[in-house]
This record gives sequence, C-alpha cells and structure tokens, in this order.
Amino acid sequence: MTRTNDLILRTATSLLAFILFGFSIYLFFAGHSSPGGGFIGGLMTAAAIVLMYMAYGYDTMEKVIPVNFRMLTPAGLLIAVTTGIGSFIFGQPFLSHTFTYVHLPVLGEMELATAVLFDLGVYLTVVGITMTIILSIAEDR
Amino acid sequence: MSNLAVLPIVIPLLAGILLAFVHKKTILVRNLAKIFTLGNTAVVAAVFYQVYQNGTIILETGGWQAPYGIVLVADLFAITLVLTTNIIGLACVFYAPKSLSAKQESFYFYTFYFLLITGVSGAFLTGDLFNLFVFFEVLLMASYALIVLGGEKVQLRESIKYVLVNLFSSILFVTTISFLYSVVGTVNMAQIAQRVQEVDQRGILTTIGILLFFVFGTKAALFPLYYWLPKPYIVPNPVVSALFGALLTKVGVYSIIRVFTLIFIHETSITHEMFIWIAGFTLVFGTIGALSTNNIKLIVAYNIIPAIGFMIMGVGIFNETAISGAIYYLVNDMIIKAALFLLVGAVTYLAGTSDLRKMSGLINQYPLLGWLLFISAFVLAGIPPFSGFIGKLLILQGGMEAEEITIVIIGLLASLLILYSVMKIFLRGFWGQKDESIKVDKKAANHFTIPIAFLMFFSVLLGIGAELFYPVVEDITNDLMNPDIYIDSVLKE
Repeated sequence: MTRTNDLILRTATSLLAFILFGFSIYLFFAGHSSPGGGFIGGLMTAAAIVLMYMAYGYDTMEKVIPVNFRMLTPAGLLIAVTTGIGSFIFGQPFLSHTFTYVHLPVLGEMELATAVLFDLGVYLTVVGITMTIILSIAEDR
Repeated sequence: MSNLAVLPIVIPLLAGILLAFVHKKTILVRNLAKIFTLGNTAVVAAVFYQVYQNGTIILETGGWQAPYGIVLVADLFAITLVLTTNIIGLACVFYAPKSLSAKQESFYFYTFYFLLITGVSGAFLTGDLFNLFVFFEVLLMASYALIVLGGEKVQLRESIKYVLVNLFSSILFVTTISFLYSVVGTVNMAQIAQRVQEVDQRGILTTIGILLFFVFGTKAALFPLYYWLPKPYIVPNPVVSALFGALLTKVGVYSIIRVFTLIFIHETSITHEMFIWIAGFTLVFGTIGALSTNNIKLIVAYNIIPAIGFMIMGVGIFNETAISGAIYYLVNDMIIKAALFLLVGAVTYLAGTSDLRKMSGLINQYPLLGWLLFISAFVLAGIPPFSGFIGKLLILQGGMEAEEITIVIIGLLASLLILYSVMKIFLRGFWGQKDESIKVDKKAANHFTIPIAFLMFFSVLLGIGAELFYPVVEDITNDLMNPDIYIDSVLKE
C-alpha cells in the first residue's frame, strides 16, 4: 500500500481543530443565556478530536491529548452528581443551584453559577462517551 | 424538604460511578460493591422507618415548588418496594463472584448493577411521569449492557429482540406522555390526577390511559405482549436473570398500580374490566409455557408471567382486599423470583446442564439446595404457612367480593399448575437415581446457598410474620384507594 500524501488535510486540520475547539468552548459557556450548553459543546469538542484523529492517526492524537477517554465518562458523571449532592452541605434540596456576581480584574462584572459545574460534568461525559464509541469501533482489536 | 427521599437513588449512582474508575481491580471492586450495597440497604431501611413513622417524604428537587419542579415522592408503597429491591440486590451481589467469570466482573458488571438499582429505585420514587420514563431508560440501558455481558452468540441474538421490543415500547411511552401533556398540560402525576378528576376523565383520557397500560404491559409482560420475555431472561448469567426477573417486570406492575389507582380511576367499567380479562389470559398462557418445557431456567422464566397476571387481576378487581393482596403478592413475588432464578442458576452450575432430563438425584450431593427449592415451590404456589398464600388469598377473596367467579377459578387452577411446574424440577432433578457423573463442589454450593437462604428467610418471614407486615400493607392500600391523600401531600393544598 502506498502512502498517500495528505499534506493539505493535515495543514488544514492543525488550524481547523483549534477553531473547532475554541468554538466548542464558546458554546459551552454561552449555554446559560443563548443556544449552546454542555451537550453541544461536548459534541463539538469530540468532533475536533475526531478530525485530528482522522488526519494524524491514533498515536499523534494520544500524544496531543493524553487522556483516557474511558475514564472521562465517570469523571464527568462524578462532577455532575457531586454538584447535586453539594447542596446537602448547605441544607438545601438535592440539585439546588446558586449563583453570585464577582468582579474580575480584566473581564469586569461576571455572573458565576454552580449550574456551570453541572454543565461541565455533562460536557466531559459527552466527550468521553463519543470518543469511546468512535475509538472502540475504529480500533480493530 | 427532605433529602432523605433522594438517597436511595444517589448512593447507588455514586457507587456505580466510583467503581467504573477501578473496574480492572476485580477483588477491590467486588468488596467495594458489597460495602456500598450494605450501606445503601441500611440507609433505605432507615428511610423506610422514617416514612412508616412520620408519613410520606416529599422532595422538591432544586427547591422548585411541586407542579413546576421535579418531585420525588417517598410514600410507603414506593419505599417498601425500594427496600425489597435492595434486599434482592444484596443477595445478588454476594452471589455474583462465583457465578460470573473474572473477565465479566472486570467489564463493568458492578457499575451496571448499581445503575440498574438506581433506575429501579428512581422509577419507584419519582412523582413525575416524564421522569418515570427517564428512570425506565436508565434501568433499561443498564439491562441492555448486562444482557450481552459475556458476548455469547445466543446472548447477542436474544438481546436484539429484547432491545427492539423495549425501544418500541419506550417510543410509545414518549408518544403517550406527549398526548397526555397536550390534553392536561402537565407531567406531574399529582397534578395530572387532579386535572383528570376535574374533567371527569372524558373519552380521550380513557384512550390515553389504555395506551399507557399497553406501554407498561409490554414492560411487565402481559398477555398479548409477553412473547419477548422468556428467552432473553434465561440467556445472561443467573445473577443477571435474577435481577431481571425480580425487578424489571415489577417496575411495570408498579407503574400500572400507580397510574390506575391515582390517575385513571373514573372509568373503571372500561379499563379495569379489561384488566381482568387480560389477567386471565396472562395466567393461562404463562402456566402453559411453564408446563411446556424441560429447561429449568425456562420454567422459572415462564413463571414470571402468571405472577404478573395475579397482580393485574388484583388491580382489575379494584377493591381494598384485592389491592392489598396485589401489594402483598408483588413484594413476595419479587423476593421469590430472585431466589428461584438464583436456585436454578446454582443447579445449572453444579449439574452442568439446565435440561431436566439429564439430571437426577441431586439431593444426595446437595440436600440444602434441594429443600430450599422445595420450600420455594410451596411459596410460589401459595401453600398456607408461606407468603404466596396470603397475597393470593386476598386477591381471590377480593374477586369473590366483586363476584368475578370465572377469574377466581382460573386463578386457583393456575396455582395448581404452577406448583406442578416447579415440583417437576424437584421430583425429576433432585429425586431419583443418584447421578455419579455430577461433580461434587461443596465450596461453590455453599457460596450459592447463603444468598438463596437469605432471600428464602425473608420470604418465609413474610408468610409466617404476616401479622407483623399486614399493618404496612393496610396503610399502603389506604393510601392507594384514596388518591386525594397523594395529591394533597404533593401539592400541599
């Protein structure tokens, strides 16, 4: 089998993967007040990683993102459940969320909500599940 | 506000997640699973005591008020079933190590086991129809994974059937909820009940009720919809079969009891009359199935179906005696079906076959297992000192009160044939010529016997100590027959 020359794909990928990743982070944080959120953000991130995987192969992808995706799913679930249980400490019903306004030096007045932590759990779970499915099907073992 | 109601859901969920991190270390995972299950059972028992003493616990998650947020309603009925679930889970988790191969254990068995418990507990505790759907999916997803665990050819074939049927009934469930939402404009069960009461359950609502009945009937394996059940339930490991046989169909029965004692109660001449007919057919076809085979696993799997028939008969008759009988029978049947599946699993393991014609004289090597099977046959058929008797007696008595003579006779005959079908295992498998080719594995036998004896202990206790448990059943029946108690406690009016 001759090695095909995929220079254009690889060059485009190294640029596009970052744009995709950046856009997914934007979608993740935009979720509270405009369309977006943990689910779609996680899918976009997974898409960026899959693009990298298709262009460069498994070894390179693992070098760039040294994460065991199989562990990412329980990690995300753990974060999501912990945000629910966290309300026990404050004597509030399960899954109660709270928010606060803080003044950050560069960004100015910002709203910080614990719902973001729950969303982070969703985000990690979605990335973990999508990547586990795609990698398990792709790898011939 | 009380977070007690969510603990039976959150603890197994957390346990499942934590065990997924260390799934390769078999011994650690095994012991952690035992500790978590013991802890969860203790917590559930404490919550049960709390509910029994102080009445229903309502949890409005996130602090949102009842019709707007999701409520978890731990009333006596739900928490009793959650407690039963945990007792069965306890027996299964101690039975699992010998029954499963090390490879199956390391491939997330305990994670899926805990997710199954999460889904079942959630389905019992939720007070919201859409959340009931979500918890159904949680337990079904876990059951899909458990049914193929091991990846044998026959497992793959049967799991396709199982997944297709359940997927279809889930689609119907969502469709039905959307119909109901478009008519009453809410998915909170208490508020649905209130609004259905206000419009006196017009035609469209009865139609939706019957659709819901068919959804739950598919999950619970009722007469025209039971064809998917027997085979998929015998192909996975015995401990998985026990969990399925004890829990999954009973969630369907619980949903039917909940929905048809709370929401759709104003046209009983249409809906509940239909249940009696369907229960009759379920009894007949289930017992025919159980008599037709020589495979001991299949005999027990077919025996699930007439038991469901008895419970639905109790709901169909719909008077206080019959409902309390159905509840008694439901709890009894969850425990005895788990014990029976574990028993035939042990017999299959020790005899090396599940074909009744190829085994005999097991009682010489394994007397304790033999007598446990003997007692469980009596419990299942409803011989007086044991727990199956009280449930059946109450259901049949309710049937006599309602003058449904035909169904009572069918029920009595079915009991006789059920006894025959299980005694067949005892007579042909345990009695007879001693089979020298059977290997004697005392260590494995003891390992299997302890969890089975544990479950049988509860089953016998439920029969002999009926006086002790009957007040609880009476309270549950009182709650179920007066839906206003439920509605008022949720909506606080």
